[in-house]
Amino acid sequence: MSTPTDLFSQQQSNRSRSHWLIAGFVLFFAWLGFGGDLILLEMSRGEPAGSQWDVPLFGLTLTTYAVITALWAWHAGSEAVLRSTGATRVEQAETEQERLLVNVVEEMCVAAGLSRPSIWLIADGDPNAFATGRDERTAAIAVTQGLLDTCTRDELQAVIAHELAHIKNYDARLMTLLAAMVGAITVISDYMSRILFQRGTHRALGAVVPRGRKKGGGIFVILLLVLWLLSWLLAPFISRMLALGVSRKREFLADAMSAQFTRNPMALASALEKIERAAAPTRCITRGAAHLCIADPLGRRVNLREGWFADLWGTHPPMAMRVSRLRGMAFREQKRARLGSGEMPQLA
Amino acid sequence: MGLLVLLVLAAAVLFWIVGAYNGLISLKNQVANGWKQIDVQLKRRHDLIPNLVDTVKGAMQFERETLQAVIEARNQAISIERGGAGVAATAQAESQLSAALGRLFAVVEAYPQLKATGNVSQLQEELTSTENRIAFARQHYNDVSTQYNTRQQQFPTNLVAGLAKATPAELWEITDAAERAVPKVDLSFRPGVRAS
Repeated sequence: MSTPTDLFSQQQSNRSRSHWLIAGFVLFFAWLGFGGDLILLEMSRGEPAGSQWDVPLFGLTLTTYAVITALWAWHAGSEAVLRSTGATRVEQAETEQERLLVNVVEEMCVAAGLSRPSIWLIADGDPNAFATGRDERTAAIAVTQGLLDTCTRDELQAVIAHELAHIKNYDARLMTLLAAMVGAITVISDYMSRILFQRGTHRALGAVVPRGRKKGGGIFVILLLVLWLLSWLLAPFISRMLALGVSRKREFLADAMSAQFTRNPMALASALEKIERAAAPTRCITRGAAHLCIADPLGRRVNLREGWFADLWGTHPPMAMRVSRLRGMAFREQKRARLGSGEMPQLA
Repeated sequence: MGLLVLLVLAAAVLFWIVGAYNGLISLKNQVANGWKQIDVQLKRRHDLIPNLVDTVKGAMQFERETLQAVIEARNQAISIERGGAGVAATAQAESQLSAALGRLFAVVEAYPQLKATGNVSQLQEELTSTENRIAFARQHYNDVSTQYNTRQQQFPTNLVAGLAKATPAELWEITDAAERAVPKVDLSFRPGVRAS
């Protein structure tokens, strides 16, 4: 179980990770833009002054795009994620189920020492839940109708506690930023590869190679060009892998914190089993927000496995492993309680 | 040279003292805040009880004693806590109130027509939630207090404890044996069994 110092260092490292992520994102786009400009400048070196590529148009455009995207992800990322799932906000609890949900969230906030996040309901029959928001004030918890229908009160408590742990750790911030950035990179690289590989590329390559060889600066330009094209090609894969890797590690910690808040690890174990058993994909939650959820909404087989391949491509650790860890916690707690009451544990 | 080493050592010690002192003060404030949170939830419980009693009074004419016990326990808890009672006295009064409420809920189970009216089940959900909140606020308070107590007793932080005016915080012990056993009444009105 995590001690408060662990929690504190986790918060700190998540905060600085968020800042590094934004810096890396903007720098990457700057490289894509200014790198392209540099290649074009080298290519047009011999031309008359008027037709040289001396204004870094791509660099300025792409860097501006990256800065705007980062600002947007920081300020409106959580709303965008919620809107993409079609969640509706529970302002005033009307039905008995909604009242239960609001009460459970408020109870767990007391346990976690957090203020109450906004509560959202997704009209989807598959049980799932996620948290988003950049800090305590903008935090939001969304659950599906299916979760309310299938879980008992104790199980619901455990799931909500898991999500509040993500908010408390600043996981929600990091993952929301990642979701927005993966989206931005996918859009721009789709667009670019359409331009690059349909019209201009062959002509541009044909133009640069012979002329570059004559000047001697050619190898540098070709290297630059290869590196630049590779960046474009690999960007979507790398960014997605980053998002997946970040989320896998955090699930175990959030599970442990949920057990710490509820003092009832078995409730989360049985909730996870129920979510797993109802393995129908959560249709309302799309690929972009998958890594935010408590269980993979797409029901992909890769999350069942261990090993390096699953480490790269799974959004969540295998459910069986999570459940068995929670069982272990429950067992230790029981043993401690029995020792505390003076009763000796049975030795088998 | 010797003087320089001495100065560096003194600066290190000073930094450590400041850090340890601030850590203790921060924990002390967290303990105070944890206690305030318990207070908020207790007040919520006290405010809900008159509503509950009013709602069930009509249908439960034969259970006057049970109702009376709840009302008395509530009023006593309020009057004790108004005087700014310590942790132990508050815990004692509240555990009596919990026991009285538990008996009332057990009796309500025997009146199906009472449970059928929406108002009662709504009130029961509110009270269940409030009981949970009190339990979680208590858990939070005890966690933070234990951390605070450990920190001020451990070497070398205990050397600064006097400076920070840190005194051990009193934990909220569960005194009543009846409360120690988690009540098995399912008040959530949900189909299916309650995992416990």
